[in-house]
Amino acid sequence: MSAHASAAGGPLLEIRGLHISSPSAPLVRGIDLAVHRGESVGIVGESGSGKSLTCRSALGIVPDPLRVSADRLAFDGQDLLTLSERRWRSVRGSRISAVFQDPASYLNPSLTVGRQLAEVLRIKLGRRRGAARREAVALLDGLGLRDPARVATRYPHELSGGMLQRVLIALAIAEEPDLLIADEPTTALDATVQAEVLDVIADLRRERGLALLFVSHDLAVVAQVCERVLVMRHGVVVEEGRTADVLAAPRHPYTRALLDAHDEYGLDRLRAHVPSAREVVHV
Amino acid sequence: MSETSLGEPLALLQDATIGYHRRAAVLHDVTLRIEQGESVGLIGETGSGKTTIARTLLGLTTVHSGRVTVGGRDLARLRGRALRTFRRDGVVQYVFQDPLRSLDPDIPVGDSVAEGLDVRGRLDRTVRSSRIAETLHAVGLDPELASRLPGALSGGQRQRIAIARALILEPRLLILDEPVSALDAANRVHVLDLLRASAAGRSFAQLFISHDLGSVAGVTDRVVVVYRGRIVEDGPTAQVIAAPQHPYTRLLIESAPTLESAGADRERRAELRALVAQGGTGA
Repeated sequence: MSAHASAAGGPLLEIRGLHISSPSAPLVRGIDLAVHRGESVGIVGESGSGKSLTCRSALGIVPDPLRVSADRLAFDGQDLLTLSERRWRSVRGSRISAVFQDPASYLNPSLTVGRQLAEVLRIKLGRRRGAARREAVALLDGLGLRDPARVATRYPHELSGGMLQRVLIALAIAEEPDLLIADEPTTALDATVQAEVLDVIADLRRERGLALLFVSHDLAVVAQVCERVLVMRHGVVVEEGRTADVLAAPRHPYTRALLDAHDEYGLDRLRAHVPSAREVVHV
Repeated sequence: MSETSLGEPLALLQDATIGYHRRAAVLHDVTLRIEQGESVGLIGETGSGKTTIARTLLGLTTVHSGRVTVGGRDLARLRGRALRTFRRDGVVQYVFQDPLRSLDPDIPVGDSVAEGLDVRGRLDRTVRSSRIAETLHAVGLDPELASRLPGALSGGQRQRIAIARALILEPRLLILDEPVSALDAANRVHVLDLLRASAAGRSFAQLFISHDLGSVAGVTDRVVVVYRGRIVEDGPTAQVIAAPQHPYTRLLIESAPTLESAGADRERRAELRALVAQGGTGA
């Protein structure tokens, strides 16, 4: 559980009337979004729908020529719109952290992953060198990496995509944030590795009460981990609701098209009960 | 492995060991038959050897032992001019993952589509343009698009251009290497629908490479699973998915995101992962 005190009642992340525009065109046009403590919310949409920009506004990292305005953009009761860059540093990474699609590009290729993780623990949490090293290994262990002490001594290029994404998740949760923003974290991964990373994220939520804002172009992936889902298109939310309800009775044609695509080209249709490893091995 | 059909298949790898060096082979004793007009899915994780199989069918790899034939020609024996003629004939055509990178950004897409024809020899102008128009029509594109540059098309349109470019040479085997991985949901469905229709037409064989079992299952009659350089499963698609034999295949199926929450499958996946990691066959 997070050690941070919470403002009673209200949502952890609250976005109302969010607009983001480039000098030539509006990109996000009036989004409302709330994530409550411990809740998992998914945003589904195609590239260019504004889903990533919405997330970036909650991290204060919308790229420069773009302009952000909102009726309200707040985290745990604190207004994010007027936050100075100095104050952002005590929020970003500490209370809201994030993982993105291509883990390798967020790591320094010339430092071992253990050292990069320990550095965060030393600088942000003031751990001593030895304690930071041990804690880094413990974090990697917690994410189900086999032989975490050895993984810690590896450079990014020596690890697979799935391992790197788990290292990134370890970095993201090192300061015990309240909210994890995951923007297409499994898109670049193999199917089996994708499932493994999604399982890791689900475990973290259960163990730490972490709230999750999960972005994907794949409705089925969001269905794996999110209680609530928003469907975005051309900068607006076209549908939202409990994931189970949206899947059972989609209202917007775009959501229906996504579900039809899954019926056509998903495995649900062909999948039978797959015997468990144990059942098969002992036959 | 299927040994039932008699006579010479369109493409055959027989006990083939392939790789940069015999002692560091990428594929070990691989046997794979592709019949005329058949649509075969090739699935496996990154680095398993899927693309090496495809490159072998183009005569681009070193075959250390075993036999590789395509259209009755022994590729291991083709050298120099004979190999170039084989490639220029376009018996085997290849479509890559990212159409933006496989199409020249400065050439109108119609000229890109006709490039294979141009290499074979000069064609009458009107014949050439009508061949381009026919082929664009066949992949569901407006022939008017021929004068556009790739940058002016959507991802799905670009991938259909890449497919048209392959089909204009009337190949007997079309290799599609992750053809929809870089596409959005809507474009993905368009391209998969096209591939499914051409598979049903049976005028040429398709080898559909992917790490996404769902896409493969929607398009192919037969699926082949590669794991660490060996073929571990080969059978009718519906049968492999309903009753997979190898633990890796079972893990793949369990890993495909379904529209139900993943909670129930988690333990089974964990067991299968352990089994796959031990290298157990489980069958």
